[in-house]
Amino acid sequence: MENFSIPKLPLDDWIDAGLDFLTENFAFLTKNISEYLEKIINFIIDSLIFFPPWVIIILFALIAWRLSGRQVALFTLIGFAFLWNLRLWEPTIETLTLVIVATFIAVLISIPIGVLAAISKKAYRIIMPLLDFMQTMPAFVYLIPAIPFFGLGSVSAIFSTVIFAMPPTIRLTCLGIKQVPKELIEAADAFGSTKRQKLFKLQLPLAIPTIMAGINQTIMLALSMVVIAAMIGAGGLGGEVWRAIQRLQPGMGFQAGIAIVILAMILDRITQKIGQKN
Amino acid sequence: MAKIKTVKLTKIFGPSPKRALTLLSQGKTKDEIFNQTGLAVALVDVSFEVQAGEILVVMGLSGSGKSSLIRCLNRLIEPTQGKVFIDGEDITNLDHNALLELRRHKFGMVFQHFALFPHRNVCHNVEYGLEIQHKDKAFRREKACQILKLVGLEGWEEAMPSQLSGGMQQRVGLARALAIEPDILLMDEAFNALDPLIRDEMQNELISLQNRIKKTIIFITHNLDEALKMGDRVVLMREGQIVQIGTPNEIITAPADDYVKRFVKNVDKCKLLTAQSIQVPAVVAYSDDAPRTVFDKMQTESLSTIFIVKRDNTLQGIVQIGSVKTAVSRGDKSIASLINSELPTVTATEPLTTLISILAKWHWPVPVVDEKHQLQGIVINTGVLAALAKKE
Repeated sequence: MENFSIPKLPLDDWIDAGLDFLTENFAFLTKNISEYLEKIINFIIDSLIFFPPWVIIILFALIAWRLSGRQVALFTLIGFAFLWNLRLWEPTIETLTLVIVATFIAVLISIPIGVLAAISKKAYRIIMPLLDFMQTMPAFVYLIPAIPFFGLGSVSAIFSTVIFAMPPTIRLTCLGIKQVPKELIEAADAFGSTKRQKLFKLQLPLAIPTIMAGINQTIMLALSMVVIAAMIGAGGLGGEVWRAIQRLQPGMGFQAGIAIVILAMILDRITQKIGQKN
Repeated sequence: MAKIKTVKLTKIFGPSPKRALTLLSQGKTKDEIFNQTGLAVALVDVSFEVQAGEILVVMGLSGSGKSSLIRCLNRLIEPTQGKVFIDGEDITNLDHNALLELRRHKFGMVFQHFALFPHRNVCHNVEYGLEIQHKDKAFRREKACQILKLVGLEGWEEAMPSQLSGGMQQRVGLARALAIEPDILLMDEAFNALDPLIRDEMQNELISLQNRIKKTIIFITHNLDEALKMGDRVVLMREGQIVQIGTPNEIITAPADDYVKRFVKNVDKCKLLTAQSIQVPAVVAYSDDAPRTVFDKMQTESLSTIFIVKRDNTLQGIVQIGSVKTAVSRGDKSIASLINSELPTVTATEPLTTLISILAKWHWPVPVVDEKHQLQGIVINTGVLAALAKKE
């Protein structure tokens, strides 16, 4: 067999070479970004932990109430109180912060890309296969190249999380804009609207429910990725699970796992309702 | 100068439409061209003029090209060939910005399914066109309220479109188009999605509104009754070509071909034929004529009654041959005492239905007068019957 085989394409070597090149030339930049971002993340975590947990719990319950009604607020209250009781408050806050920061960055990048894909056919043809690539690539592969650029820790976690969590918001922003009825676009055109006026006065406002559904998905993906990112030292609830695996402590592992599920449900319910209300 | 003028407007949908143009010039039909090239011919050499203040109805079945035609006027659809002139300016060569400006100021468009913006309330919908023009907030608001009042939606400013009935939604659509004070209103099957009673009401309101605002209106419909009711003139289209242009009366009384005849066949003529189309010139006598003169005139024309007018043609009344004869034998100097001035009159636009009910009670000809009460002609019962009996 060996004799007949076609020589292997050195795909791995090429990618390594490419990444090495990027690391050598851009790592100084990413390391700088990393430093700042880490400071911001730590500041958020520190200030959330600075207050007694019940203050934060009530604050979140109030936010949930404002955004999604009484039921969700009650669920948030009980859910967070349970996590506090399990003595998982600090890892919960760490995970929550990573999810929020990663989601924020992901949405900030995704919406313009989604808009671009919706209004330009050429952009659509380039972006869609890229999204397929991003979504089918096993999530933890992103962790490997993150380290040389951002170092071990939360910023690498956020970098890979952002990449992993962007696709739904991009896809649904694009979809939401494309779904705006042709008649309405025609009406806007008939009044002499420019492309920009159409986008901001018609297409984006009408796409908001769809975009919110995308953001909801992005948050869920961000949470799952932040947990996996514990492998490169992101800490949080994922870190608890990781530690349980290393010490073979199923009880502790499930406890942290259930905490993640509860956090996911809270985030999901709060953000799901926002989309529906619109 | 015509407000709108199109010259040999042709529209072909599909890639490289020039192929179809060549085939068209060889006299191929729409279907042949579609089978051969896959290109859809929407309009072929459509030329017409619209005068300022006129309602021109474009009427045709679906696929006749009427929607493409209205969209070529503001270039929501780019014409493949031909010219469109608005106020004498050829707009087919305008660049993008000039085109936007033209749409912003000249055209108000009303759509079949209303096309209201669902995320904006009624007032903000109406303000849309002004917002696009960067008009300031207070001005927009004031204008919107004023127009909403005009279309009878005062007090609904804050409602969302989804809360309104179809008829009300279309009033918002109309208000949105009127808010920019356009010269031209493009109405694309604007009332076809409404139920019949509301549609009738909206038609009447648009007609009375038009009497006040005097816009140039292009009105698209597939409903002949609506076309004949709304139109000062009607353009009948078939397979992308104009079959006939004319006033509603011309369309009914002189259909250009079998296609138009088939359409017209089912029209309720009683509502559409007017006094004007069946009136005949009247033989009159003057109020200062002597009885003898009147009597002689009636004898020569073999009339049993005659209408009396002043020298300026103002209608005075009617006299019977019997009373004239008596007056002659009595040797009266004037016919003044013989004139019966209590008689029904109609205007030229009076529909046949009214005439029939008048003729049922009044046994003599009915005079047709204008707004100064001057005699235009008369309607006699045989004329009405002839109009009704006339086939096609």
